[in-house]
Amino acid sequence: MGEAVIEANGLTKRYDRAIAVEGLDLTIERGEVFGLLGPNGAGKTTTILLLLGLTEPTAGTVRVLGFDPLRDPLAVKRRVGYLPDAVGFYDTMTARENLSYTARLGGIARAEAAMRIDDALQRVRLADVAERRVATFSRGMRQRLGIADLLVKACEVAILDEPTSGLDPQSTQELLDLIGKLSREGMTIVLSSHLLGMVQTVCTRVALFHRGKVGLVGRVSDLAAKVLGGAFVVEIEADGCDIVAALDGLDGVTRATVAGSGLVRIDATRDVRGDVARRVVASGGDLKRLSMDRSSLDEVYVNYFEQVAHAA
Amino acid sequence: MRREGSPFTGLSAVAMKEAADHMTSARMHLVMLLVILTAIGSIYAAIGQIKSTVGQDAFLFLHLFTTARQPLPSFVAFLGFLLPLIGIALGFDAVNGEYSRRTMSRILSQPIYRDALLAGKFLGGLLVIGICLVTLWLLVTGLGILTLGLPPTSEEILRGIAFLAASLAYAGVWLAVSMLFSTLFRSPSTSALAALTLWLLFTIFWGMLAPLVAGAIAPVDPFNPITVVHQAEWQQALARISPNTLYGEATTALLDPSTRSLGLIFLNQLQGALMGAPLPFEASALLIWPQLAGLIAAMVVVYTIAYVAFQRQEIRA
Repeated sequence: MGEAVIEANGLTKRYDRAIAVEGLDLTIERGEVFGLLGPNGAGKTTTILLLLGLTEPTAGTVRVLGFDPLRDPLAVKRRVGYLPDAVGFYDTMTARENLSYTARLGGIARAEAAMRIDDALQRVRLADVAERRVATFSRGMRQRLGIADLLVKACEVAILDEPTSGLDPQSTQELLDLIGKLSREGMTIVLSSHLLGMVQTVCTRVALFHRGKVGLVGRVSDLAAKVLGGAFVVEIEADGCDIVAALDGLDGVTRATVAGSGLVRIDATRDVRGDVARRVVASGGDLKRLSMDRSSLDEVYVNYFEQVAHAA
Repeated sequence: MRREGSPFTGLSAVAMKEAADHMTSARMHLVMLLVILTAIGSIYAAIGQIKSTVGQDAFLFLHLFTTARQPLPSFVAFLGFLLPLIGIALGFDAVNGEYSRRTMSRILSQPIYRDALLAGKFLGGLLVIGICLVTLWLLVTGLGILTLGLPPTSEEILRGIAFLAASLAYAGVWLAVSMLFSTLFRSPSTSALAALTLWLLFTIFWGMLAPLVAGAIAPVDPFNPITVVHQAEWQQALARISPNTLYGEATTALLDPSTRSLGLIFLNQLQGALMGAPLPFEASALLIWPQLAGLIAAMVVVYTIAYVAFQRQEIRA
């Protein structure tokens, strides 16, 4: 950790009068899984295109792996892989032909490319359909083929734009597992999404986008602490006592609200389960259930945008 | 700001892939079937005509290309009509097709410049057209040898190769035009229609429009004979805006060695000329030099416009 692979300073992109990205500052470190999070049209894809040098910023600078994507786009694109939203392939060519075309574009020697392609198809479980035309592939298979494309390229940084949009839950899980594996092998991964639950499970850090600006950057739990006040949410179910009264004055509990009959929701700044259980039992209640949810990104998201809307 | 790295990185990979795609595409097979059928038809007609009228002629082989027998036009007339169609078929979805297949951003995120993508597509198309033209030419020559029983002379081969070069430049103009439309319009069907409209305008209507416009610009004064010359010059200049005119003139001079001039000629300029005597190849080449240069220039200019439009395009989606 520590070495910055992507640095953006004051990055701004305007289309005519519409502002797509404004004053973006971002640092992504090696080995991270970084999530760009925000509603549609918040500037995530534009940011990605700016990072790759596929579009020119109106103002500001970017460094990717120490290179300027505007001045030296080939060096950047050689080391950074990009999986676009709803990736497309040449339908009349087979999976293998598609991969070998991008390998040739990347200047990988033929023998080396053939090895990498076999390996990559194996890893994304498409080896048995390698000779089939891509026209017959499902959305999930295309997305996996896109990942295979990145594997063949052997890139240091992979940028995935909405990698799971339009996938069924099983394909989504499969893709997330793949992403997790790549990350453990040392690939830095940047992914954009509006699906928060998904980002939460794989990302080490996230940036919340709102109307072309980055609202918040940090770990999911830190963001939760910042936005929601308490980073921990404990749910408790007990009979025979007034839970809220029993918890009164307990250190770390910021709020306890009755959520249903015998069900209480506790917002806390630390893991308070042990203390809560002792208190409830001490006050004579029958403890039925006690569970902790790390406060979910969904709530952070909703709360954050509510706050932003209020401020505006 | 200077960019690092060569704009030609990946050029050959794109060109070879495009060429292979064209070679196997159903679209190309259909167009080539059409061309080959018309070629065989017109050549057979020409052979019949030649056999019935043959006298002493040094350039029998060249007549294969230019002789027409009713109701079929000659082989070169067919090519003048159909070559644009090949160019359009190969180029009309070159750029917007990548968008609609959603492959554009993935390809451009590979370590290549946009230059390589566009140039590769253009060169790939030209390569395929070149291969088709050479095949056609060999086919015609072979038919000629079989039916006439004569091998072509070296001069005829030389003229044939020059004719191939002119045809390639002509088809290249239309390839560039259709690629330009494919960058300007986001929908392949719109760009195909636009290219076909321009093709019809130049092959069918331009011949009617040029005299009308020339008449409006330089009206003929019945008492001043030089105004007739002016009008004719205007008409010719206007007609030569159309690549079809340039190609027609170039093939006429190349395949009919007795062609001495492609424009107006006065009687005093013909003094001492042996009427009907063939020109040597170099003289014919000199005669069509402006036409050939014009075709190549048109190809380069149209390609450049497409290039600039493509470079300025936003790559979204």
